Amino acid sequence: MAKGEVLLQVKDLFKHFPINQGLFSRSKSKVHAVDGISFDIYDGETLGLVGESGCGKSTTGRTILQLYRPTAGEVLFDGDNLAKLKGEDLRRKRRYLQMIFQDPYASLNPRMTVGKIIGEPMDIHNTLKGKAQLERVEELLELVGLNPAFLNRYPHEFSGGQRQRIGVARALALQPKLIVCDEPISALDVSIQAQVVNLLEDLQQNLGLTYLFIAHDLSMVRHISDRIAVMYLGIIVELADRNTLYAKPIHPYTKALLSAVPFPDPFIEEKRKRIILEGDVPSPVNPPSGCRFRTRCQYAKEICAAEKPVFREVEPHHFVACHFSDDLK
Amino acid sequence: MPDLLEVKGLETQFKTREGIIHAVNGVSFNLKEGETLGIVGESGCGKTVSMMSLLGLIPMPPGKIVAGEAWFEGKDLLKMNNEEMRHVRGSKISVVFQDPMTSFNPVLTIGKQTAEPYRIHNNASKGEAYERAVKYLELVGIANAKERLNDYPHQFSGGMRQRVMIAMALICEPQILIADEPTTALDVTIQAQIIELMKDLREKLGMSIIWITHDLGIVAGLAHRVNVMYGGYIIETAPVKGLYSNPQHPYTLGLLGSLPRMDETEYRRLHSIDGLPPTLLERPSYCPFEPRCKFAVEKCRHSNPALQEVEGEGHFAACWVNPKTGKEY
Ligand SMILES: Nc1ncnc2c1ncn2[C@@H]1O[C@H](COP(=O)(O)OP(=O)(O)OP(=O)(O)O)[C@@H](O)[C@H]1O
Ligand SMILES: Nc1ncnc2c1ncn2[C@@H]1O[C@H](COP(=O)(O)OP(=O)(O)OP(=O)(O)O)[C@@H](O)[C@H]1O
Ligand code: SF4
Ligand SMILES: [Mg+2]
Ligand SMILES: [Mg+2]
Repeated sequence: MAKGEVLLQVKDLFKHFPINQGLFSRSKSKVHAVDGISFDIYDGETLGLVGESGCGKSTTGRTILQLYRPTAGEVLFDGDNLAKLKGEDLRRKRRYLQMIFQDPYASLNPRMTVGKIIGEPMDIHNTLKGKAQLERVEELLELVGLNPAFLNRYPHEFSGGQRQRIGVARALALQPKLIVCDEPISALDVSIQAQVVNLLEDLQQNLGLTYLFIAHDLSMVRHISDRIAVMYLGIIVELADRNTLYAKPIHPYTKALLSAVPFPDPFIEEKRKRIILEGDVPSPVNPPSGCRFRTRCQYAKEICAAEKPVFREVEPHHFVACHFSDDLK
Repeated sequence: MPDLLEVKGLETQFKTREGIIHAVNGVSFNLKEGETLGIVGESGCGKTVSMMSLLGLIPMPPGKIVAGEAWFEGKDLLKMNNEEMRHVRGSKISVVFQDPMTSFNPVLTIGKQTAEPYRIHNNASKGEAYERAVKYLELVGIANAKERLNDYPHQFSGGMRQRVMIAMALICEPQILIADEPTTALDVTIQAQIIELMKDLREKLGMSIIWITHDLGIVAGLAHRVNVMYGGYIIETAPVKGLYSNPQHPYTLGLLGSLPRMDETEYRRLHSIDGLPPTLLERPSYCPFEPRCKFAVEKCRHSNPALQEVEGEGHFAACWVNPKTGKEY
């Protein structure tokens, strides 16, 4: 596949979680964690996924990888709809899709050596064994900037940034095509974040990887991504290439979100005018009718409560879900 | 403006199984009336411990304040007995913590908890204290404050709980508010609400603020002066604009270089600071940043530099080398 072709396609993806309300209740309430999203991921790109806590970013990543099975919708990869695949068929595809997790402390098995942790995917997928596996593990450790001699150490003997590197090495073990990076630097110190981001960038360059990069930190997402999708309460409200999104955001939520990010520059901060949103994000159990954002939107009119805005291509390669997207350009 | 608080040579240590943790190693600073002082630095550098030492909130043992003075209204806070400290804490100097949920009592109503500090410190009647609670809850933007007095903390969102914490901290109109990462657990749009609120309140109430954070963006927009901490030391202190436009310590330079900026138009590889923060198990006879420093010279390895005025008025750095020239001063 050539760089820039579609690697993976998400079509009308839904993931709802039922809420257990006791033994005898037959309540149909559910968390609308992901509520109908569609987008493509291109080969070799980094697609950033941003939005506030609970908007469905991790669920999106996990549902794409089939760690959660979708409630509805398709995930098209390499000629198959992953949502329909099971068992061995799914496993064969899954090796090309890996994940790096937020918490470098919780995501590594504390009782396994680093060598075992990184080698495990090779055991599961029956790729390399014995000496060949060992050599590959050493190669991977070197690739992520760790000393291959650390092979027999345990996770607790490493710092947060080093553990995150171990997580990256493990994700690379089966030569994946796509890695979902779920907040890979949020738990790290500022001075260590750049180390990990630079590593991810180098690996992408050298191995031709594709990333879905999930994060809170909008300035880091801008730095690392080619395109960025903004989520709010289970849906994508805007998607564009990074320069367009940051320079000319259209959706009122994107505008507010960007204006809320503090700049590490007192001269700029002094002059900034912020859009301060009122109130909190509504519950994903009963999301607002029509446009999800209308309860906090300064432009909301009647139509916003009555009709769901269509996620459409407002300008070339710039998608927005807002009834007034033409006026807000 | 006169100094409200003067801290001199504060040293705090903890006895642990691995040995003595040198958490704060001789910290000195002044806080002026009406001033907002930002304290930045990465995890474990001593931000929280230095402030909690001032208020008698360090668990002893394992903690111990080994040396220092902290002058406030003609008295040394570090010499106060519990009774005297109780009159200061929560009334003249109050604190807002990072995690509002752990700082609340889940079984007491919002009204009772907000009113409590005022009742204690001002011997007020219940009615009076509740009236004042309503006033301060309204001040921090809790809608229908009066009707919500009987709600419990879990009925409030994270952002609202943080507002209530601020109301509790302000109800006695303190001269100094210490805010320890009060927005770190919140989403950016809610963080922006809280920061605007604080800017507004400090004008209205004329109080001084010490704002602890690892986010250099927040400090840029909020603080008048900034202390940068590393390994239990203040390694640079300056008026906010001087610090960002002309950082003088290699660590500060490194931190600012490791941040992506949203106003950059060209891609720039992030500068990373190699290595790890110190373990604090020794009190270094060398510069604590030396193991990670690109500018280090021989002297840095056997002598720990003190803060000295390096650049413009009030701009101090603890470094042997002028990073502009790469030469020793
Ligand atoms: N396994 C689960 N069971 C039930 N509800 C879930 C589950 N996982 C997520 N949710 C809910 O789905 C919604 C979306 O959660 P998700 O973790 O995807 O958000 P997120 O955008 O990743 O947030 P954060 O930035 O905090 O990580 C939330 O309301 C969450 O509580
Ligand atoms: N109760 C304690 N017992 C032992 N060590 C402690 C205790 N409290 C703090 N320390 C140590 O003191 C050092 C300074 O901690 P402090 O909480 O001040 O860091 P901080 O700069 O506030 O970091 P963070 O950004 O993570 O909040 C750390 O190394 C910490 O492990
Ligand atoms: S004193 Fe030396 S080692 Fe320390 S920061 Fe300055 S140049 Fe670097
Ligand atoms: Mg998540
Ligand atoms: Mg702290």
